Amino acid sequence: MDMSSADIYREIILDYYRNPRNYGRLEAPDVVVRDTNPLCGDEVEMHIKFEDGRIKDIRFNGKGCAISQASASMLTEMVMGKSLEEVKGLGRQDILEALGLPNLGPARIKCALLSLKVFKLGIYSYLAEKIGEDEASSIKDEATKLF
Amino acid sequence: MLSMLDIERIRADFPILGRKVRNGKRLIYFDNAATTQKPKQVIDAIYNYYMNYNANIHRAVHQLSEEATEAYEGSRAKVARFINAKSDEIIFVRNATEAINLVAYAWGRANIRAGDTIVVSEMEHHSNIVPWQILAREKGARLHYIRIDHDTNTSRDDHEKGEGGDSGGDGSLILDDLYHAISHGNVKLLAISHMSNVLGNINPVKEMVEICRDKGIRVLVDGAQSAPHMPVDVKDIDCDFFAFSAHKMLGPTGVGILYTKREILDAMDPFLGGGDMIREVHKYDAVWNDLPWKFEAGTPNIADVIGFGAAVDYLNTIGMENVRLYEDELTRYMLSRLTEVKGLRLYGSMDADRRGAVFSFNLADIHPHDLATILDEDGIAIRSGHHCAQPLMERLGVAATSRASLYIYNTKEEIDRFIDSLERARLIFKVGG
Repeated sequence: MDMSSADIYREIILDYYRNPRNYGRLEAPDVVVRDTNPLCGDEVEMHIKFEDGRIKDIRFNGKGCAISQASASMLTEMVMGKSLEEVKGLGRQDILEALGLPNLGPARIKCALLSLKVFKLGIYSYLAEKIGEDEASSIKDEATKLF
Repeated sequence: MLSMLDIERIRADFPILGRKVRNGKRLIYFDNAATTQKPKQVIDAIYNYYMNYNANIHRAVHQLSEEATEAYEGSRAKVARFINAKSDEIIFVRNATEAINLVAYAWGRANIRAGDTIVVSEMEHHSNIVPWQILAREKGARLHYIRIDHDTNTSRDDHEKGEGGDSGGDGSLILDDLYHAISHGNVKLLAISHMSNVLGNINPVKEMVEICRDKGIRVLVDGAQSAPHMPVDVKDIDCDFFAFSAHKMLGPTGVGILYTKREILDAMDPFLGGGDMIREVHKYDAVWNDLPWKFEAGTPNIADVIGFGAAVDYLNTIGMENVRLYEDELTRYMLSRLTEVKGLRLYGSMDADRRGAVFSFNLADIHPHDLATILDEDGIAIRSGHHCAQPLMERLGVAATSRASLYIYNTKEEIDRFIDSLERARLIFKVGG
């Protein structure tokens, strides 16, 4: 089903776009990870701090369209304080539902999923150091399979 | 001067313009700087070749090959006349990018040395930057940029005040930078776009060639955006190389054109080796074919070159002066309508005499991709992003822009619908003012 832009750009997305939560950088992050969507030029960078197997703190910064930036901001809220076990299962549908865009078309889906990709790469880079690259590689695969 | 009746007749030649998109909206195609639509005359020419005289060219004696060769070489002659060149100065490649790469590899490798300077500008397309970066790195040469007139400090304020126009500089080239490069370095090549694919600005290439002429500096003009939209005379410009692309001027994809002055081509070694580019091949050496075939190794894109010949015929029937005049009229109308949109910032010249119908802009804080999504819903195809000109985006201080680019089949009524759609985007994004 096609969505109209009145659906896509609902109040909540515009609100997160203009007043992003958890925007910025962390002083001493365990992980800094950044990726771009080459098609659009959207950029998302995440700073993550871990403690006792949990996301202690997370910030994002970047530039891009309303969908990419709102999605990044929402994701930081979704994972804040969560355990690694809890966030490992986070998938594309979780993000699309949080955005309220379950049927986003192929042209824009990468905008929505960039933040999830960056986040998963962040978890990977943390775990790769903790438990080894091979053991953590499934998370990297998940990240790169998003698009 | 073309009348509305002429434009309606032209539109009728483009089957795709009758298409409905996004739930029954009539297509408004404003992405012509990326690629243009094709008239049925071009589609028919390609179809006719495959249906009736498909054969490889040049070496067979049978009738089909004779016909195919005649049509292929006929296209070359048409293209040559179109830009006032000679047939043996026209090399067919895949696209303008390949044309520029051909110069970088075949001419550049033999003529650029350590310490030499290659001059480009900040408004170049990646295709006129990256080949020179590769060459400069390989040879130990340096790249020098002609800046554009743009004040990044004022752009944010303008943006916030919601003023359109050129108060932060109109993006024109700062020619002093060219003089400076020449007086401070061993400049061997100037590679410059004729018309910017982002700003729409038309650069004074003839004047720039004059500056370079008695210094022994070769000049490559990237005509991908100019050749489709205005009369081009390479002898008048007096450039050494001129590159352009068929698909941006009603022709098919897969055909690029490199014009090179005969005297330079004679001295240039081939770019690719293989069939058709040789006269004789022995076990350990070969004798190159005559121009221009020396630079066309392997079976070329016969069908699409023939299709491009039909596109050139089509443009000649309208007349390139008329194309330029009609687009000038559209440009003036677009400029006046764009300035009415609150919060819109246009990049590039406000002077219709110095620009083509390519309009890059940002609207308040709406990201170009969001804007393109909203316009697409109204059936309007525009482009959003960096337009393969990231150094220019950096200079403009933006991550991306929206770009509407027009051609001969677009109308003022379509511009009105486009402006309405921009207003709708302002409502959806709740842009104040």
